[in-house]
Amino acid sequence: MSDSDAPLPHVPESRALSKKRTRLSLVWFIPIVAAIAGAWVAVVRILGEGPKVEIVFKSAEGLEAGKTKIQYNGVDVGVVTTVRLSDDHSQVITTAQMAPKTEGFLVDDTRFWVVRPRISGANVTGLNTLISGAYVAIDIGQSTKSMRTFVALETPPVVTGEVRGRFFIAKTPDLGSLDSGTPVFFRRLQVGQVASYQLDKDGQALSLKLFINAPYDQYITPNTRFWHASGFDVSLSAAGLTVQTQSALSILIGGVAFETPPTDGLAPPAEENTVFTLFNNRADAFKLPAHDPQTFVLTFKESVRGLAPGAPVEFHGIAIGEVAEINAQIDAKTFEFSAPVTIHLDAQRLGVAVRDLAPGEDIGSIRKKLIDTLVSNGARAQLRTGNLLTGSLFVAFEVFPGTPAVTVDWSRTPPELPTVPGELAAIQASVVNIIKKLDQVPIKSIGEDLEKTIADLDRALVSGRGTLDNANKLIEPNSVLGAELGNTLQEVSRAARSVRVLADYLERHPESLIRGKAEEKK
Amino acid sequence: MSATVSTAMQHGLQSCERCALLSRPAAGEHDGRCPRCGEELTFRKHESLQRTWAFVIGAAICYIPANILPVLTTTTAAGSDSDTILQGVILLWSPTGWPLSLIVLVASIMIPSAKIIALVYLLVTVQRGSTANNGQRVRMYRVVEFIGRWSMVDVFVDAFTAALVQLQPLMSVAPAPGLFFFAAVVVLTMLAVESFDPRLIWDSLDAKEVRHV
Repeated sequence: MSDSDAPLPHVPESRALSKKRTRLSLVWFIPIVAAIAGAWVAVVRILGEGPKVEIVFKSAEGLEAGKTKIQYNGVDVGVVTTVRLSDDHSQVITTAQMAPKTEGFLVDDTRFWVVRPRISGANVTGLNTLISGAYVAIDIGQSTKSMRTFVALETPPVVTGEVRGRFFIAKTPDLGSLDSGTPVFFRRLQVGQVASYQLDKDGQALSLKLFINAPYDQYITPNTRFWHASGFDVSLSAAGLTVQTQSALSILIGGVAFETPPTDGLAPPAEENTVFTLFNNRADAFKLPAHDPQTFVLTFKESVRGLAPGAPVEFHGIAIGEVAEINAQIDAKTFEFSAPVTIHLDAQRLGVAVRDLAPGEDIGSIRKKLIDTLVSNGARAQLRTGNLLTGSLFVAFEVFPGTPAVTVDWSRTPPELPTVPGELAAIQASVVNIIKKLDQVPIKSIGEDLEKTIADLDRALVSGRGTLDNANKLIEPNSVLGAELGNTLQEVSRAARSVRVLADYLERHPESLIRGKAEEKK
Repeated sequence: MSATVSTAMQHGLQSCERCALLSRPAAGEHDGRCPRCGEELTFRKHESLQRTWAFVIGAAICYIPANILPVLTTTTAAGSDSDTILQGVILLWSPTGWPLSLIVLVASIMIPSAKIIALVYLLVTVQRGSTANNGQRVRMYRVVEFIGRWSMVDVFVDAFTAALVQLQPLMSVAPAPGLFFFAAVVVLTMLAVESFDPRLIWDSLDAKEVRHV
């Protein structure tokens, strides 16, 4: 520092600066603000952290950790954070970070499913996911039980929680073209859809779960009829050809229709999950229901081709029952074929009403009496052709006067009712009769006799000719006999004229018989 | 650096940082204003260490949310995505895109952290009066100072992208909170560099010399 004392050139003096300085600089404000901002962000993040859920999927197709969103009505409510296989490799377990304040979503019956583009007959859904990729949809349940682990649905539910309406069950022996999502029509208006279907435990029928949107569910009463509205319903009747369809959609993909009989308008709406029968068509659905059908057996000894279960049993053209079952049996001894046909007969339609019941009298005995009376009066079951085009048969229960008396054996179950051959069979029988009689005619001996007769006749004719020749000779114009005959005839003619003159005279002068011929006046 | 060098401070002289005029503090005053341009004169930057510390700590605090929070929200027809810087790096990392990914990694993650570390190192060594590696430390300071003004490139790129990519409804880009913290990191490190007085590096050397003598 030896130079420090050396004279320096003139250096100007700086101007005074009057400013108090604090020991702690205000600049510390900056890290404090940064810390507060950082802490605030952290707090917001931590507080804003929604619940984590675990969702189990069958397949992770389209699911991407950190990308796949969970959406509710198009709003992101979470994101899939991890996707991993379960320990047994059979499932995909994903964890998802839900948005804040979604705790209420995560209850027992909340459902998750993956939305992918899906094209089914009824509708095309999830087209937006073609671009955006799959997302997980959530349907918030109604339960209050909180839940954090869910098993995702395989297919999107047809009915999600926010749609109001009710479920009903329709039983059908045949699913036909129905599928979940198939529309349900009411007066050709789509009011619901098939939510799901499952085979009954006994395997005998399918239970369709139908969802009917509010407010249309109120039109379903316990008496409402449901039927398959799939495709065309073509019926050929005396009125002509009738084609019934619900809508173009139902032709393509099928459908279910329902209607409530108008007389039932005031009935209370049906309970949720009421079980209905799904009929094959509207006509079936509205057929008068059998009040108390009784089972009978009819044994036909003729072909039952054209007779089908469901064919009507008519009494004077009124349906009183239907064919239930058609069997075949062969008598081992006589080797005779017969077809026992089981029918359900609704005697109530024959006029046996409960109101006619005398006290102490049993409706069964009244029915027995009725059937007995009918049968003893000649009522018989007969197969008749219902439709000439299709050859379908129906059973006519008619009175045939003059048939031998029969009694119904009520001890058998089911009791058997007597039958008569059908119209065609009756014609066949009479033809057979004629042929049988023809068969008995002794054609051979008749022929021999005829031959003999013809020979005799021949001879007689020869002699007859000789006689005629003689006669010809006699009446020849130039013969003596002829001439004499002519003369004789002339004489007879004259005589006749004289008699006439006499008769005329006598008529005018009857007195001449007594007085004689009067003198002519001069 | 030889001990024979004399400094302005030793002579009680101040050099104006703006117009480089050498002046003497007014009598009885420690600091003053430049008689020529009016700039505040100090022997050393006022409270340099304290201010630098404050800025560095602020930057370090902001660095955490800058990396955790998303910096850009991209909304496309496919939905909206928020990406953090690191997610962007991962997204860009591909056989063809790795150089770009590397640039983002270096510029947005490594450089800010390196700056903060370098400043902390400078501050600690100056406060401890360390005299070792003085030349290196000055070079380090220069590099940090030089990079400082370019560190905003990321913020600019993101801001430009957000302003330009507004092809609604097809695609739109919006800045996300992380970007503001990232900008804060850049600004605060620049302020820290600004408030650090590199002359302090030599002061400790001088002080040592004085003690020697």
